[in-house]
Amino acid sequence: MTRKSYHLLAMLALAAIGLAAPWLLPSYLSQFSKLWLFIVLALTWDLMGGQMGYNSFGNVVFFGIGMYATAATQVALYYPLAAYTAAKGGGTEFIFNTSQFFTGLAAGLPVGGLAAAIAALALGLIILGMRGHYFAIATLGLAIAAGELAAGWDLIGAGSGMVTPTPPDSIDTTVLFYYLSLALAALTFLFLAWLYSTRFGLAINAIRDDEDKAEAMGHHTTRNKVVAWVISAFFLGIAGGIFGNLSKFIDPIDVAFNGAEIGVWMILMAILGGKGTLWGPVIGAGVFYIMKELFWTYLLGWQRVALGLLIVIIVVFFPQGIVGWLKERWPGRFGPTAEEMEAADAKGEA
Amino acid sequence: MDNLNLLFAAPILNVQLLLDGLWIGAIFALAAFGMALVWGVMNIINIAQGEFVMLGGYMTLLVVKAGLSPLLGIPFAAVVLFILGWALYRAVIWRIVDADMFISLLATFGISIMMQQLMNEVFGSDVRTAESGLGMNYLFNNQVTVSQIKVLAFVLAFAIGMGLWLFLKKSRLGQAIRATSQNPRAARILGIDTSRVYAATYAINAALCGAAGALVVMAYSIHPYVGLPYTVRSFMIVIMAGLGNLGGVIAAGLGLGAAEQFAGFLLGAEYQLAFVFLLLVAVLVWRQINLARKRQYLK
Repeated sequence: MTRKSYHLLAMLALAAIGLAAPWLLPSYLSQFSKLWLFIVLALTWDLMGGQMGYNSFGNVVFFGIGMYATAATQVALYYPLAAYTAAKGGGTEFIFNTSQFFTGLAAGLPVGGLAAAIAALALGLIILGMRGHYFAIATLGLAIAAGELAAGWDLIGAGSGMVTPTPPDSIDTTVLFYYLSLALAALTFLFLAWLYSTRFGLAINAIRDDEDKAEAMGHHTTRNKVVAWVISAFFLGIAGGIFGNLSKFIDPIDVAFNGAEIGVWMILMAILGGKGTLWGPVIGAGVFYIMKELFWTYLLGWQRVALGLLIVIIVVFFPQGIVGWLKERWPGRFGPTAEEMEAADAKGEA
Repeated sequence: MDNLNLLFAAPILNVQLLLDGLWIGAIFALAAFGMALVWGVMNIINIAQGEFVMLGGYMTLLVVKAGLSPLLGIPFAAVVLFILGWALYRAVIWRIVDADMFISLLATFGISIMMQQLMNEVFGSDVRTAESGLGMNYLFNNQVTVSQIKVLAFVLAFAIGMGLWLFLKKSRLGQAIRATSQNPRAARILGIDTSRVYAATYAINAALCGAAGALVVMAYSIHPYVGLPYTVRSFMIVIMAGLGNLGGVIAAGLGLGAAEQFAGFLLGAEYQLAFVFLLLVAVLVWRQINLARKRQYLK
């Protein structure tokens, strides 16, 4: 079997599991939906951190923006937003019928993605000129500031959060959001697989390897960086929109702009799986999600201690990640192919 | 903007805010001094900086609980944190000294969230403070209040900072630390045990933060999640001042303290944290623009 058929086989297996899960494990469906969304988070983080070498602590900003923008659109199409948030989503006057709910969702998710992408464009033009750790810390600041600002903004419910529109009873939202999450994960994966095979993929890899050289060779590095961030933000924004509807309640600091949890998880998933590889974030998200669920179930109250320990262990002792380790251990099966080695040689590495 | 008009209507309020800012600014500067030390010598940005401050505060609360004066908490916190810093270096930090800076950011971030919840479990999530028993002074016909403990914390912060500065200048270990920061390889050739120097640097930084935390809990308050803002403030101060610029650290620390007081007053206390983090982004952008300008000039 060739490398390509392994790749295809893995994708087919994953798709089969994804499509069959609603019949096999119906009681874990919402966990599975979150798993697919986590894969999106890890993949989009890796586009920046792994492929481009720009480690962001603040990608959760776009997740949160998408979440709020989607929910706000869903509501604002039919009711005044301020009155809705003031009523805390309760009350009987804010009823969404089936067509309203679906129209809202269909309009809200793209709006969420676009809002996040626009935010990434605006922020990226300002802060993507920074290098390395300055960028990392600037994004950390952004993530926390965004949470604090959202917690003070009355239109979107301020500190008491926002309830997403309640669907009519006739719709089984668990299955609906499951398939939406699955579709988003598949779309993100396929899009990124295509993106990494294009010249743009090579250009952002060049930025990671040596930004000054890439610039000297005539790449518009800042433009490429902004485009990468916008792509990352678009998928994150849609993921945020689905996640908000899935959890039914948006808290500004504990759900939407949760830099200390979701913001760190996405980094950890990508590193655990293997930074800068296509499959790494997918595998990392799967392994991490199981660990996280175990921590949060059996170590409640100490889960962050366990998480912190896990971060230190992964980062210090296992920085190459699962896929990186596989490549070292079985280079024949997982290592770089002859073409990749030649390409690396040509780039002056290896 | 009502509060802005208030500042003009009652100019004496400005004095109050400025003084309050200066008192806490000295503590910011103290923590920033430690961060600059670790950053300059080991090339590590220590995200757990604020958690060391928080831990120092809890150590002082232990001293108070034992019935002793909170002032004794300063040396106690410094000693405990020194040991903790040394242990952390020997367990984790030494592995990341030469690694990519993002690795050290993430590893110290992991340490910081570990400590947050650990302290939350051990001491509870309440906001705590250590009563010093000192009173208030009133200036300008009772229009400006000056809490004596805040002034004492201000003076002590300066004394501790000066002590460390003298230590770095004069003592044998201090000279070894400075030599290692200039050129670790040359320092090793000249017989300096650089790994011990790194351990000492990290431990001294932890002790410094512990002392700062003791001052914080006496003059202000702490809770388990108070750390990250202190880390961010230290980082901002170091960026504004540059590494190895003690005067700049003091000026930036005091300035930041005052700016925060004014922002908290003008925007409302609920936006004070958002202000700190947005100011961080603004400082980084400002630095970025400055750098870009230089590069254009070089071209």
